[in-house]
Amino acid sequence: MGKTISEKILSVKSGSDARAGDIVICPVDLVFVQDTTGPLTIRQFKSGKKQTLAAPHRTALFIDHASPSPNRQLSNDHIFIREFAAETGCLLFDAGSGVCHQIVAERLARPGDIIVGADSHTVTAGALGAFATGMGSSDVAVAMSLGKTWLRVPETIGIEVTGKFSRGVGAKDLVLYLIGMIGADGATYKALEFTGSAADDMPVWQRLTVSNMAVEAGAKVGLFRSDKVTEKYLKLQGRRKEYIPIAADADAVYERMITVAADQLEPMVAMPHAVDNTATAGSLGEIRVHQVFIGTCTNGRLEDMAQAASILKNKKVRSGIRLIVCPASSKIYAESIKAGHIQAIIEAGGIILPPGCAGCLGLHQGVLGDGEVCLSTANRNFKGRMGNPEGLIYLASTATAAASALTGRITDPREAL
Amino acid sequence: MAQPIHKGRAFKFGDGISTDLIIAGKYAHLRSNLPELAKHAMEDANPDFVKLVKTGDFIVAGSNFGLGSSREHAPLVIKMAGVSAILAKSFARIFFRNAINQGLPALICQTDKIAEGDILEISLDEGLIRNITRNESYSFTRIPPAMLNILNEGGLIPYINRHGDLKL
Repeated sequence: MGKTISEKILSVKSGSDARAGDIVICPVDLVFVQDTTGPLTIRQFKSGKKQTLAAPHRTALFIDHASPSPNRQLSNDHIFIREFAAETGCLLFDAGSGVCHQIVAERLARPGDIIVGADSHTVTAGALGAFATGMGSSDVAVAMSLGKTWLRVPETIGIEVTGKFSRGVGAKDLVLYLIGMIGADGATYKALEFTGSAADDMPVWQRLTVSNMAVEAGAKVGLFRSDKVTEKYLKLQGRRKEYIPIAADADAVYERMITVAADQLEPMVAMPHAVDNTATAGSLGEIRVHQVFIGTCTNGRLEDMAQAASILKNKKVRSGIRLIVCPASSKIYAESIKAGHIQAIIEAGGIILPPGCAGCLGLHQGVLGDGEVCLSTANRNFKGRMGNPEGLIYLASTATAAASALTGRITDPREAL
Repeated sequence: MAQPIHKGRAFKFGDGISTDLIIAGKYAHLRSNLPELAKHAMEDANPDFVKLVKTGDFIVAGSNFGLGSSREHAPLVIKMAGVSAILAKSFARIFFRNAINQGLPALICQTDKIAEGDILEISLDEGLIRNITRNESYSFTRIPPAMLNILNEGGLIPYINRHGDLKL
């Protein structure tokens, strides 16, 4: 009987014939925390009997959620994190480096790895064929110290994406459509595995968007096979040697299969206050926006900057609208400057923020006022998410966000293309 | 190890209570000051929760409780507020694991029959919830043995400190 990608990775890592439902103990290839979960994790780690890292060179600390720090308390948390990095010799990515998940993709994640991060969007690295999942501080502290974790081998829901995306429609629309269909708990405890011609054709930057949001359907991992597309991406990052192919067996057992026809998809929007509260952008009627936010671990990549710039070039953000753009890493930022994207966005009236999580989780850099509407390319629109329970957050693709910044209302991007 | 019997009142919540409703991201600056952080538990779902809850009480919710962030502060502040167990129709994966890792029972059961303020008594060993107000009993899905071992030690860190390793 064949195996899914999850079963294959967990079999190799646990040294057993891992099948859905089994509980396995696995070595961890990469473990990381960020600045809002890191301090608790470090304290948990320090309350353990064994206070040495299993693998300092594969333990990473990221200062990204509040960077640079907006207040004294978080600044002190950052000092605590930096001191821990100095004490242990682990990797530190300080303020301005970018969002942890983007840096993990660029520099650290390898196909077939088991990656545990104290952040729910750790699933992002599933785009590179890594079994990457978010955990809390206790689990991550134990993974840091013992170099291993326990996992229940998940059942897999296969998502077959057929055909080709039409113009103005892409990965974000696919994943919002999927979450709308199966619900915010439609894949709880399960793995999602993306197959089919449109998934296979998707470049890594789009795969990262899809995997990133797997957790918004409750999934433990969101996996793509590791293939020529993955190899090309790793080569671009100077990591070609780390490529290994991984794919599910033809006779792998899936809990169920869902088929999505890429050609039929339209630009999608998630409405307040739930990610599964979706509709097509064209069906919404007149929704005025006050703030448009392009960035985050979901849509802050070079291609997102390029897409935003191409829609905004030689145009003006509608008067009274704040357009906030945040490249997801310093590498993306530098490349976006070189390519002219940043200039096009600034000339259109956009605000550029330093690489990091920016306003996504309501700590700084774009907190909403009472009754304000934000159209965001992030992954969550929960009540209070952007720092104010009286704010309203809509989620959409970069194309939809950029097009909406020009009109001041939620706009089907095909109108602007 | 025998688990104590918990007794307290039910505080009801609906479906899809996110970690942002449990403890908002905007309070991240208080995460190194847990007693201050805990004052904001459940704030955006029920602003009076911390004022009203007493030691031993229960959170009783609908489906997908704890969806969203991996912040272990979510079960931690609920526990610090005095809650002795969370009952829900279902839990988000990371939250479920975090609650057990914090030694806080997260029990999957039908919660529709329980009303705000009902007095409940929960025996983890018997797998039984008694609704004293309504003179009813309900069963809950047993916690998987691997996780029960962790819960019985009071959480993952105490478990590892006692056993020195993961032995499931």
